[in-house]
Amino acid sequence: MTKVAVILFPGTNCELDTVEALGNLGADAQIVWHSDSDLAGFDGVVLPGGFAHGDYLRTGAIARLSPVMKGVASMAEAGRPVLGICNGFQILCEAGLLPGGFIANRGLSFLCKWVDLEVADQGSILTAGMQRGTHLRLPLNSYEGNFVAGSREVRVVLTYRDNLNGSEHAAAAVANEAGNVVGVMPHPERASADWLGSADGNLLLGSFLQAAAA
Amino acid sequence: MRTEEVDLEPDEGEVLTLHARLGLTDDEYQQILHRLGREPSRSELAMYSVMWSEHCSYKSSRVHLRRFPTEAPWVVVGPGENAGVVDVGEGWLAALRIESHNHPSFVEPHEGAATGVGGIIRDIFTMGARPIALWDSLRFGPLDQPRNRYLFAGVVSGIAAYGNAVGVPTVGGELAFAEHYSDNPLVNVMCLGLLRAEDLVLATSGPPGTIAVLLGAPTGRDGIGGASILASASFDETSLEKRPSVQVGDPFAEKKLIEACLELYRRKLVVGVQDLGAAGLSCAISEPVSRSGHGITVDLDLVHTREPEMTAPELLMSESQERMMAFVHPDRVDEVIEVARRWETEASVVGEVTSSENVVVSHAGEIVVDIPAQSLTTEAPRYQRPLGEPGWMEDLWSNTIKFVAQPAIATGLLQLLAEPELGSKAWIYEQYDHMLFLNTVVGPGHDATLLRLKGTDRGLALSTDGNGRVCYLDPRRGAARLVWEAALNVAMVGAEPLAVVDNLNFGNPEKPEVMWQFRETVEGISEACEALGVPVVGGNVSFYNETDGLDIYPSPVIGMLGLVEELLLPPPRLDRAEPEMAVYLVGNEWAPNLAGSAFEKVTFGHVGGRPTGPDRAMGRAAVTAARRLAEAGIPVLHDVSMGGSGLALAEICIASGVGASVAYSDWRFLFSEDPHRFLAVAPAVADDTITALCSEVGVPFLRIGTMGGDAIVFDRGGVRAAVDLTLATETWRKALPEHLRN
Repeated sequence: MTKVAVILFPGTNCELDTVEALGNLGADAQIVWHSDSDLAGFDGVVLPGGFAHGDYLRTGAIARLSPVMKGVASMAEAGRPVLGICNGFQILCEAGLLPGGFIANRGLSFLCKWVDLEVADQGSILTAGMQRGTHLRLPLNSYEGNFVAGSREVRVVLTYRDNLNGSEHAAAAVANEAGNVVGVMPHPERASADWLGSADGNLLLGSFLQAAAA
Repeated sequence: MRTEEVDLEPDEGEVLTLHARLGLTDDEYQQILHRLGREPSRSELAMYSVMWSEHCSYKSSRVHLRRFPTEAPWVVVGPGENAGVVDVGEGWLAALRIESHNHPSFVEPHEGAATGVGGIIRDIFTMGARPIALWDSLRFGPLDQPRNRYLFAGVVSGIAAYGNAVGVPTVGGELAFAEHYSDNPLVNVMCLGLLRAEDLVLATSGPPGTIAVLLGAPTGRDGIGGASILASASFDETSLEKRPSVQVGDPFAEKKLIEACLELYRRKLVVGVQDLGAAGLSCAISEPVSRSGHGITVDLDLVHTREPEMTAPELLMSESQERMMAFVHPDRVDEVIEVARRWETEASVVGEVTSSENVVVSHAGEIVVDIPAQSLTTEAPRYQRPLGEPGWMEDLWSNTIKFVAQPAIATGLLQLLAEPELGSKAWIYEQYDHMLFLNTVVGPGHDATLLRLKGTDRGLALSTDGNGRVCYLDPRRGAARLVWEAALNVAMVGAEPLAVVDNLNFGNPEKPEVMWQFRETVEGISEACEALGVPVVGGNVSFYNETDGLDIYPSPVIGMLGLVEELLLPPPRLDRAEPEMAVYLVGNEWAPNLAGSAFEKVTFGHVGGRPTGPDRAMGRAAVTAARRLAEAGIPVLHDVSMGGSGLALAEICIASGVGASVAYSDWRFLFSEDPHRFLAVAPAVADDTITALCSEVGVPFLRIGTMGGDAIVFDRGGVRAAVDLTLATETWRKALPEHLRN
């Protein structure tokens, strides 16, 4: 069974949902406390959503200093799949594992809302095997969801069809050059059953698990 | 930081003025002198002032609250603890509580609302439950006044900021506007938690020798005397100077405290816990020992503080947020401290339960408090305040509109759709995380929220309901109707009503008219709950909601919990109507009454007449019919409430993106808000089911029309009033955002 580490920082709140959605897809997802730095034995790692360390100072700014980020960096370096969802995406940016960063949404208010996305690049662990242009429906749930790349090169793997938060390149998900480290701002685990509103998130998490199993 | 009202420094030895400044009456002070046989110390006086405040002691309401039916086989914990707890099956218990934070939210809307959320969440995890969902019930003055827009936006941002970050989704609520709330907004928040039956924790101290451990945020000078100074007094032009009495919230500290406490419970490391809310440490050290019949010694020098040189009264009265008192067996203290450390939460051993009956507090090496625990709690004053029916009721009831002609139906409906309290609430709930925990089957924007009970086939349905206008016109009928409406709302998603919590928001209890409204409301709630067989398991009373002598509408808010035995996916939803489906009106066939309706208020600026009272038999039949129709798979069920059946139909059309055409005989049926009625929309094949079921239950029903087309059409003998669906949708969608501009 594919073994996935789901990292728990103080203030994280989507860890149980992420474990449940991965579990439904057949993975053995285990919660790992942020002070453990060793992720040996895991096939992949997910940094779930929430408010790690209260988002104090700046989203992800304190979490990147947690011991577990050493393990996350090693996984990234080894080419293992690393996925950051929402706050996890912000942490990966702060840790320098993904380019860019985040500012407040264009409308300056928190947005919890279903949005339509489009696959822009099928070369990442999140979108492998999916057709470019495929439409997906996932919920956003963030205040600092407005992605800023500045002058950096970014590999955008999912775009917003209606760019509500004002992200550059309409980027909803971004990958590193190798495609094994991905951050996604909307929540795939919240789109994991039709009765929740959509099961499209399972396509993304399924792709991640395939990479982890490889 | 300290205001004049709470200046506890020696002041020419004027103890008598000190008790008054702390909110105690001369009679209450005499009662303290008599009980102690001596003058109280400053610290003792500080404790009495907060513990005997209206907010903590319920001294004006308690004699009436006894009226509530509170028992049922599924009630595990009734009123009096931090939250009500009911058995929802398969080993699961649900903890439910509603609480107001009205006064702090007026003084500082963002922090006032935020700490209201923090407080209600603590009430829930104090019971051993994981908080899983929040609802907010809000009242403001009209949005054309800039200050009301500021208060409204501040409250919503405060709930969002705290609820989202603490990791408890806000999954529903309700909203209304009236001039009476301009200087006195209402912010009521309900929280639901879940726990396994074996994990229930109560707020008792355990036997003598048990150690008191203070967990969580350090104590500071914020919120000093909030219970007595803010929550238990009326407002005037100096109110904004009370801002230092409002607490400041830290959702991250609370999130860590939740996880730390849940781990303590899981590992059975505590005997009991009490959260520190209103009255802070004073309450947390006295109530648990009062319940167990013991005493306690507390050393204030051991309390971890945020600022130096806090005085004993300040430490005892502070309402600093995110704190919890755990009562721990002496052998387990080290483990408790280790758990707190892991969650980066401070923990201090501050006291020990004793076999005496007194609360004994020391500070800087001196005993500053030595008083019987019961004198703070069970012996607090009780008032049978004078009450009398207001002279204005007869005038209100005879003040009706005599319609000489039928008003314009289409225009009337569009005006309703454009009202911020009737239009879309997306502007609010899109700022709230309403999806966390993957439980939300039916979320905000429906009659009731439907949550799955994870790991079972069951579902929990919850609704909050209020209607100040109708309660003003007839407090007893109005309050009873709220209970019936809430029951019908949970039935809309297939639930059987199980338990009620109530938040009773009223004006100044020292006015006989207000106490009469209060008594009538309690009576109305009790009658409806008895008829339904649903107990009241908890609640909150908020008095003194008056500013410069103007009292708010009597504003009870009913929170209803319902249970779905077998969750059907998808459940009935407003957005499941399709062209060709038939539209039914189910429920009573009385002569329509527009008294208290949104239609009369919005179209004619009129609030008068006597609203229709509820009917036990019809109410029960409507609830049963709705639940069974939901179980039978009827795709759309929608309660007829504010705005009448016309607005209810429009809401279905807007949500489903399809028009409808319905017939009517008397236009007043379209806008009447008479109770016990709902709409059902179903495909033709379901006609037999609806007919059989409604006949069996004994509830009248009428097929009134068909879904389809791109307009909402009302037809009376061939004379048609039509509202374009796109226009209706845009009007409804913009209702709230349009009013927030400028």
